[in-house]
Amino acid sequence: MKLHEYQSKQIFTRYGIPIPRGKVTNTASDVKQIAEELGGRVVIKSQVLVGGRGKAGGIRLAKNPAEAENLATLILGMEIKGLPVRKVLVDEAISITREIYIGITNDRSIRKPVFIASASGGMDIEEVAQSSPEKINQAIIDPLLGLRDYQTRDLAVAIDLPHEHWRVFTLVAQGLWSAYQDCDATLAEINPLVISSDQKMTALDGKIVLDDNALYRHPDLVEMRDLDIEAPEEIEARKYGLSYIKLDGSIGCMVNGAGLAMATMDTIKILGGEPKNFLDIGGGAGEEKVAAAFRIILSDRNVRSVLVNIFGGITRCDEVANGIVNAYSEMKTKVPVVVRLAGTNAIKGMEILKDAHFKTGISLLEAAKKAVLYAREKK
Amino acid sequence: MSILINKDSKVLIQGITGREGLFHTELMREFGTNIVGGTSPGKGGEWVLNGKVPVFDSMKLAVDVTGANTSVIFVPARGAADAIYEAANASLKLVICITEGVPIQDMIKIRAFLDQTDTRLIGPNCPGVLSPGEAKAGIIPGDIAIPGSIGLVSRSGTLTYEVLNALTLKKMGVSTCVGIGGDPINGTNFIDVLQMFEDDPHTQSCVLIGEIGGSDEEQAADFIAREMSKPVVAYIAGQSAPKGKRMGHAGAIIEGTSGTAESKIKALESAGVRLARFPEEIPELLKKIKL
Repeated sequence: MKLHEYQSKQIFTRYGIPIPRGKVTNTASDVKQIAEELGGRVVIKSQVLVGGRGKAGGIRLAKNPAEAENLATLILGMEIKGLPVRKVLVDEAISITREIYIGITNDRSIRKPVFIASASGGMDIEEVAQSSPEKINQAIIDPLLGLRDYQTRDLAVAIDLPHEHWRVFTLVAQGLWSAYQDCDATLAEINPLVISSDQKMTALDGKIVLDDNALYRHPDLVEMRDLDIEAPEEIEARKYGLSYIKLDGSIGCMVNGAGLAMATMDTIKILGGEPKNFLDIGGGAGEEKVAAAFRIILSDRNVRSVLVNIFGGITRCDEVANGIVNAYSEMKTKVPVVVRLAGTNAIKGMEILKDAHFKTGISLLEAAKKAVLYAREKK
Repeated sequence: MSILINKDSKVLIQGITGREGLFHTELMREFGTNIVGGTSPGKGGEWVLNGKVPVFDSMKLAVDVTGANTSVIFVPARGAADAIYEAANASLKLVICITEGVPIQDMIKIRAFLDQTDTRLIGPNCPGVLSPGEAKAGIIPGDIAIPGSIGLVSRSGTLTYEVLNALTLKKMGVSTCVGIGGDPINGTNFIDVLQMFEDDPHTQSCVLIGEIGGSDEEQAADFIAREMSKPVVAYIAGQSAPKGKRMGHAGAIIEGTSGTAESKIKALESAGVRLARFPEEIPELLKKIKL
């Protein structure tokens, strides 16, 4: 689960990391008032959960409250990489002398968290990592010992930070590490961490991504979830414990298991079709869950055919078949559905479908071919 | 023959009295796995499956009484990390964690701890290990594979079944099938299993099933090029998946371009691995090697 910039910065302040004064709102008139409170010069920052906001024009500097209102009107009507801007953060403008990058994430290949720092903070940090990897400094964190102060000092040296900033830098770095641990984050990042003309260190922008597996330990963070940014189908799917991602094609997919769901999509694509969605019903899904998945797929009017591919292990194919039959008769739809069942109770499941006159396939390849063919037929 | 498990493995089930634990214990027994007992704190002294399998309060006690060397974990996610520590402290050689949803930070600490012990962890979030004709420890349906000389290692669950099924339909058998699990941090990776297949005299070729994300497949490609004499066929799931909306830069800085299907396929191809475009192409590619 991703947190917005303003939410991440609220968490930072709990760990003693200095952030600019600012407020979040969803109306342009509020922005004017906030700008007045903050002394006029402000930065208006779109709050969308995607990178590249600055380059898309979603972050703008306003010299006075009137300009702030105008810019806010503009930004609140924007869409950035397909995400509508519904909120803006209004921060006091800070005159920057230096931009640093710091971040923590897990390095899967060594199975440990790493602390990353670079003197070249700002928007182009990924390009820096590509073109001048020597400008990226890393400290591997021992999971049983945590981030040690000597490591933050080593990084301060590596990024050429003057002595007078070391104390605060260590506080900020340790604060970020504590936030990372306490929130069960998979990413915590300050970019840029700036030194202003009055020699103060401030986290100008921040990002936190949380581990979905650990959300049960953090009911307070779950409440920060932004439902605005998700497609209604995705919200509905989560309610039933389904994993659903909307795509642009024409063939609806229902599969058990993420790997098999991707393999099913790959097979459709090889055959010249385009999947309409990724949908993993998970392990052991019963009738009710299957029916919900089916309703979600068919609620999309652009679905021309549906491919169900279930390889039963924990999941029992007869329960899946019953779920499909019930949901299909309830929906009164004419979209052709091709079902392929294998594994636990597959024969029982196929019999249920045969009685209800469903189209079936013995193998994934055969079923996918049929689904692609039906999707091409004119209505 | 097989790697990791065989007829002589003495297997304990952690969380044996739960719905999934009990159901799959029965299936494993039917398959012929030597299940010597299980644990369920507070239910020690009971017997399950018509009095055939004893239940213990702790792993220490269960190992003392049964001499088990392997465990399979069905404990729910909130208790799974603890179950792994308990199994390692009872000095089990092999621990297979089926449970899905273990927090990443718990897994990072577990790995750091296990690296100081002799315990090998497979999973979490995995279907387990199946050696046709020998034993199964986990939830892979026992009837979809036949004994043979192909070693299969996979990050996926049901996709593994799909591939096993496709092999069986072409009368191609496997020595052992290992599901290493789909989580970012796990106990055993591709390289560990490939090394075991390379060392196993009864495995003649390998199938690697990868997925987009992480750099395990790229590292496996490097290993195959340097260390493997046996031929490898691979399939990477997610070739048609759209790129995720990435947030933040740390992931990109650490992983670079690895993680995409293209990167993995390119790395494997240059290591001499034959790539299938979809699961049912795997048996055909294996047949070509044999010619």
